[in-house]
Amino acid sequence: MEPLKLIFLVTGAVTLLSALMVVTARKLVHAALWLVLTLAAVSVLFVLLNAPFLAVVQVVIYIGAIAILIIFAVMLTRRSMEDTGPQTSRRWWLAGLIAVVLFAAIVLLVVSHPAVSAALPGAVPPDSVQQLGLGLVSVNAYVLPFELASVLLLAALIGASFVARPPEAAAEGGEE
Amino acid sequence: MIGDPFAWVYEQLTALLLSLGMTAVWAQTTLRFLGAAVLATVLLVSTFFLIWGERKLLARLQDRLGPNRVGPWGMFQTVADFVKLIGKEIIVPTHADKAVYLLAPLLVVLSVIGIWAVVPLAPGVVGTDLEVGVLYIVGIGAVGTLGIMMAGWSSHNKYALIGAFRSVAQLVSYEVPMVLVLLVPVILASSMSLVGIVEAQAGMWFIVMAPVAALVYLITSIAENGRAPFDLLEGESEIVAGFNVEYSALAFGMFFVAEFLHSLTIGAVVATLFLGGWRGPGAEAYPLLGFIYFLLKTLAVWLVIVWIRGTLPRVRIDQMLGFNWKFLTPIALGILMLTALVDKLAAAAGWNRTLVLVLANGVALVVILGFVQGYARRQRRRDQAHPVSVEAAPAALL
Repeated sequence: MEPLKLIFLVTGAVTLLSALMVVTARKLVHAALWLVLTLAAVSVLFVLLNAPFLAVVQVVIYIGAIAILIIFAVMLTRRSMEDTGPQTSRRWWLAGLIAVVLFAAIVLLVVSHPAVSAALPGAVPPDSVQQLGLGLVSVNAYVLPFELASVLLLAALIGASFVARPPEAAAEGGEE
Repeated sequence: MIGDPFAWVYEQLTALLLSLGMTAVWAQTTLRFLGAAVLATVLLVSTFFLIWGERKLLARLQDRLGPNRVGPWGMFQTVADFVKLIGKEIIVPTHADKAVYLLAPLLVVLSVIGIWAVVPLAPGVVGTDLEVGVLYIVGIGAVGTLGIMMAGWSSHNKYALIGAFRSVAQLVSYEVPMVLVLLVPVILASSMSLVGIVEAQAGMWFIVMAPVAALVYLITSIAENGRAPFDLLEGESEIVAGFNVEYSALAFGMFFVAEFLHSLTIGAVVATLFLGGWRGPGAEAYPLLGFIYFLLKTLAVWLVIVWIRGTLPRVRIDQMLGFNWKFLTPIALGILMLTALVDKLAAAAGWNRTLVLVLANGVALVVILGFVQGYARRQRRRDQAHPVSVEAAPAALL
């Protein structure tokens, strides 16, 4: 067996198992930590697919920002952390059936897509990050969605600082 | 073999593994894992001497002798401390979350050692030449933040939790200017790979072209490391020992090792990004010489970090956050835009790139210093008009 295949199999198993633990863990913080492991394993899959940029961005955004945000929120609400009730509802078999059918449908759709059976494109170009960057600023490609996303984020930033502002500071007119 | 021992060792080991009946791919994979293990072990062992060196230097800065009992010049003091730590019991508090509690120190050490995977140690000697190495450094740092938070939460101790909140506030805040100034060498080298950045410094080190960015990076990484003057993660009079208050024995030792190794790692990253990495006369012909240059540069930056620690008083929490958001972040944004603009202009007009960038940075420095001077003067006047009253604000503890 090739080492890459072995690494892929191990990573796949870790991804699936930790994803399962996310939904079955009783403590919310544990679920969040299992989610971190799932996302880390997905980033390893990106590395195996020769997409280092996506892999690192996966770590920076999902582990560095989103997972830490989730854990922070969970940590601040200490009381409602442990789930003691039953973990399945009475209709769990129905939900399972629907999930299996949906999964089978997705697999069928993916397999029947022409891109799956098409030959692999050759080696990944060495300057794929540069091409990605050019795509984001080129008028013919994605400059409009990119700029719209930036404006949206800026609006969120302004909104957050407005919400976080204490009322007395607003009355004083922004004393340092 | 004399000039390039790295390639020689690699070839010998490959031949050995192949003669044992491995296929070429497996031999390569085994060597990769072996290399990672050797690098991590050497780094962890080097911490013994780092801690000793730092204590000795700090002692000299403070007119003391420092450790001088165990071994020549007290060199084996850290080894003795380590033996003591091994002999102790790792105590897990009663209501602590055991798995998370024990996992946290490992993650913190991992986040520091992981950086070395992309740092080129000598020409051709690098763990992996990642295309997005600079981004990777940022990403692996986030794992350390996660570890600190896990440590604070799982201890089931209020001081540890408050300490973790404080650390995360500091680490996440200082990440903003750090990421921004990391883009400056990326712009200058038009590459995110650390190998590419070192190669781009063949003509001129980036510290000459981007001194402001180098300075901001050094300050923010000291804050990311949580050491003086930004050692707010620990505060005996406020939050006891901070996020690691419950840890004992080697579990505590891991946090300790991570902190001291982090300062050397900062040295390595600064040396790579701004001081030309392994570059120096004759380094291409003799990779061993390149490694020595790299080591010297790394230790020089490390020395500056220790020097800062021994010289500056620690800042208050409000000063720490204000300094970051009101001072470093605007500077980082400004210098990023300035560098991008000036570099493009210089390329378009055919000017000397280094000269123009030095001039632009000089102007930026004068503006920044003028602003600081004005701010200090206004602050002094205000303090004289209204003497400072110490307010007991509980929110300031966070």
